[in-house]
Amino acid sequence: MPELERHSFDVLVIGAGGAGLRAAIEAREHGLRTAVLCKSLFGKAHTVMAEGGIAAAMGNANESDNWQVHFRDTMRGGKFLNNWRMAELHAQEAPQRVWELETYGALFDRTKDGRISQRNFGGHEYPRLAHVGDRTGLELIRTLQQKIVSLQQDDFKELGDYEARLRVFQEFTVTELAKDGDRIAGAFGYWRESGRFVLFEAPAVILATGGIGKSFKVTSNSWEYTGDGHALALRAGASLINMEFIQFHPTGMVWPPSVKGILVTESVRGDGGVLRNSDGKRFMFDYIPEVFKDKYADNEEEADRWYTDQAGNRRPPELLPRDEVARAINSEVKAGRGSPHGGVFLDVSTRLPAEEIRRRLPSMHHQFKELADVDITAQPMEVGPTCHYVMGGVEVDPDTGSSSVPGLFAAGEVSGGMHGSNRLGGNSLSDLLVFGRRAGAGAAEYVRAMGERPVVPEDTVTEARATALRPFQREGGENPYTLHMELQQAMNDLVGIIRRAGEMEEALRRLEKLKQRAGSLTVEGHQQFNPGWHLALDLRNMLLVSECVAKAALLRTESRGGHTRDDHPSMEAEWRRKLLVCTVAGDVVSVEEKPQIPIRRDLLDLFDRTELEKYLTAEELS
Amino acid sequence: MTYQGRFRVWRGDDAGGALEDFTVEVNEGEVVLDIIHRLQATQAPDLAVRWNCKAGKCGSCSAEINGRPRLLCMTRMSIFEESETITVTPMRTFPIIRDLVTDVSFNYTKAREVPSFAPPADLAPGEYRMQQVDVERSQEFRKCIECFLCQNTCHVVRDHEENKEAFAGPRFLMRVAELEMHPLDTADRVDQAQDEHGLGYCNITKCCSEVCPEHIHITDNALIPMKERVADRKYDPIVWLGNKLFKRS
Repeated sequence: MPELERHSFDVLVIGAGGAGLRAAIEAREHGLRTAVLCKSLFGKAHTVMAEGGIAAAMGNANESDNWQVHFRDTMRGGKFLNNWRMAELHAQEAPQRVWELETYGALFDRTKDGRISQRNFGGHEYPRLAHVGDRTGLELIRTLQQKIVSLQQDDFKELGDYEARLRVFQEFTVTELAKDGDRIAGAFGYWRESGRFVLFEAPAVILATGGIGKSFKVTSNSWEYTGDGHALALRAGASLINMEFIQFHPTGMVWPPSVKGILVTESVRGDGGVLRNSDGKRFMFDYIPEVFKDKYADNEEEADRWYTDQAGNRRPPELLPRDEVARAINSEVKAGRGSPHGGVFLDVSTRLPAEEIRRRLPSMHHQFKELADVDITAQPMEVGPTCHYVMGGVEVDPDTGSSSVPGLFAAGEVSGGMHGSNRLGGNSLSDLLVFGRRAGAGAAEYVRAMGERPVVPEDTVTEARATALRPFQREGGENPYTLHMELQQAMNDLVGIIRRAGEMEEALRRLEKLKQRAGSLTVEGHQQFNPGWHLALDLRNMLLVSECVAKAALLRTESRGGHTRDDHPSMEAEWRRKLLVCTVAGDVVSVEEKPQIPIRRDLLDLFDRTELEKYLTAEELS
Repeated sequence: MTYQGRFRVWRGDDAGGALEDFTVEVNEGEVVLDIIHRLQATQAPDLAVRWNCKAGKCGSCSAEINGRPRLLCMTRMSIFEESETITVTPMRTFPIIRDLVTDVSFNYTKAREVPSFAPPADLAPGEYRMQQVDVERSQEFRKCIECFLCQNTCHVVRDHEENKEAFAGPRFLMRVAELEMHPLDTADRVDQAQDEHGLGYCNITKCCSEVCPEHIHITDNALIPMKERVADRKYDPIVWLGNKLFKRS
């Protein structure tokens, strides 16, 4: 057995998307030796896929905007299930986090007076999203990447070593967290390139691993999104909340088949694009739910006037929160009014001049031209729902990102609570920055205050190594690719956008069988850059997290946000007060109800009582 | 629409390797990366390839298809004849790790050598004011997805290992230009471009611009303007005299 590579740091950040990089910057600026571990190359994380923008109430486009309005929009979008403290911190701190990016070198699109331009998006009352065309995620990731390089340059000047205080381990997968008693002590994993194992000793670990979309067949998520952080947290003894809430983005590409699921940014609608069915009808007017009737226009004339006069008109219904639009598209297709390839039409070509479309939506123009032979300045796009985001994740303390396990923190998509039952577009990038920074500071404070450093028990290494190598030990077992496809099909068909008890029970039976078959996964070849082996290890996480999703979804007998039950179609105020909490013992997932902490009085007072009556029980209102 | 396509894929590692022949199903609308994935799932489960977003946004799946540097995820099968044999090889300029995966650490080393954005000392966060027309020049360069195809294709380092030390490559010379054109950057980057990053090696053959999947005008908008700024400073007789008199050089 080759000697184990070992490293020691103060803080480990797992994941190098927006949340991970912002957390690492914060931990390093607190003077801690910090490592970032990521599955892809540095700068390739899934954050690059974010298109529309970063929501922050800077008030550049409309002076009436402020954190209270942003807070209200976020709570409405999440159907009041949000952790209100997270929503409050997020709305208050997002502008600072965006301005800070400019000091790192970011170049956002500008207003006429030279400030950061802000665009409209679903569920946001005012134009609020700071953006760079439709490639805002790339700007965010590159800016944070370059800030990290800049900190490394500072360390080089001072200490003669770029990596003295901040080091990135790229193409590295963490398979297990290590604990000393009940505290975090480090992490174990392997270099994807060589397959060699590494042990990291560190008293604090920040999970920033993103989502779980690769468990679904039609998804906008990349291969990295296998729920690693969710599963690592569960196995380390932390709890997950809100796992039943999965966001299906209303507009993914539907054709050609090989690109099915790839995201079409909400900015298309924010900038004037409309949804039509095969009869040419703007169908969203038929799908405005009761709770949003006073905010959304019920006729085309008013909706179109809104783009130029927001004070005097209600918003177009194409800009309803994503869960509403996704369900509407689903219903239109089911009713036989879909497009040739099973979606609906999203048209911006008749709404804006070609030149303007190319300027505002360059990536979309490029993407459709190159992948589907569609010129979006002349033709409508065909779009349909795609699995995009998981609202659920690690249950954390809002102020510090700390989980229930001492030394374990989480930020970004892998954490739960902030978005309630449905996330608004643009609130993800701001979430990454606000809570990435908070988790970095939280971990720094934890390390500063801790007594003796934890020690990784030797048997953790022995066990983790054995588990990782198991797929090489057999011959003639299950193929990981086949198992993965079956998992994706099951989750897509049975725990997808519209759910029924019988189907979810069937999903759980299938998951149980898949779990057993996963015990005999076999991998060919050796450990060096072996994608089959990588998938076999990721599958373990996907199966565990999928079980959480299916079990929680079966228990929640109402429809709310990213959880729609055909057999329980209404939203129930009693359910708003309950969180479903997932934990794991051995490999058995259990889900329990837990009461929500009541919303603080002064935050409740930001809403009209008539609006609160739609969401809260009489008891809560008294 | 479905047919059996013929592929030759380079397989091997730093010790050596060879092209391997495959016959594999191709369906309507697919891109080369779909075919590579089908090979993994059905015939070669340990075939190494780097990829991520599959939408041309992350720049991970760079390789050479029939000798031309391209993103695997943005190369549609429909541009080839059904009878054609398609050859997929790793990027040639970087050391092989395995199969289609190369060691691109050269690029990360070069990225570190470019001094970072130097913000103005007198502006607090939130006080930055810039005009759209002024940020657009640098914004074009910030569209870069770091696929490193320009670095791979640039003849200064392709097959010229000895130049790698002194030459940052188009991607990072463009980064220097991006910072130089940033309306609020306070550093002077013109001399650095020539002396530290090897701008002089570039003889504007525009190969980098041709392979850029983001269609960035690397040569015309970044490299040539930087060369002009260098020339203005180095060869302007008045500046030359000033430098001599005040010993600025």
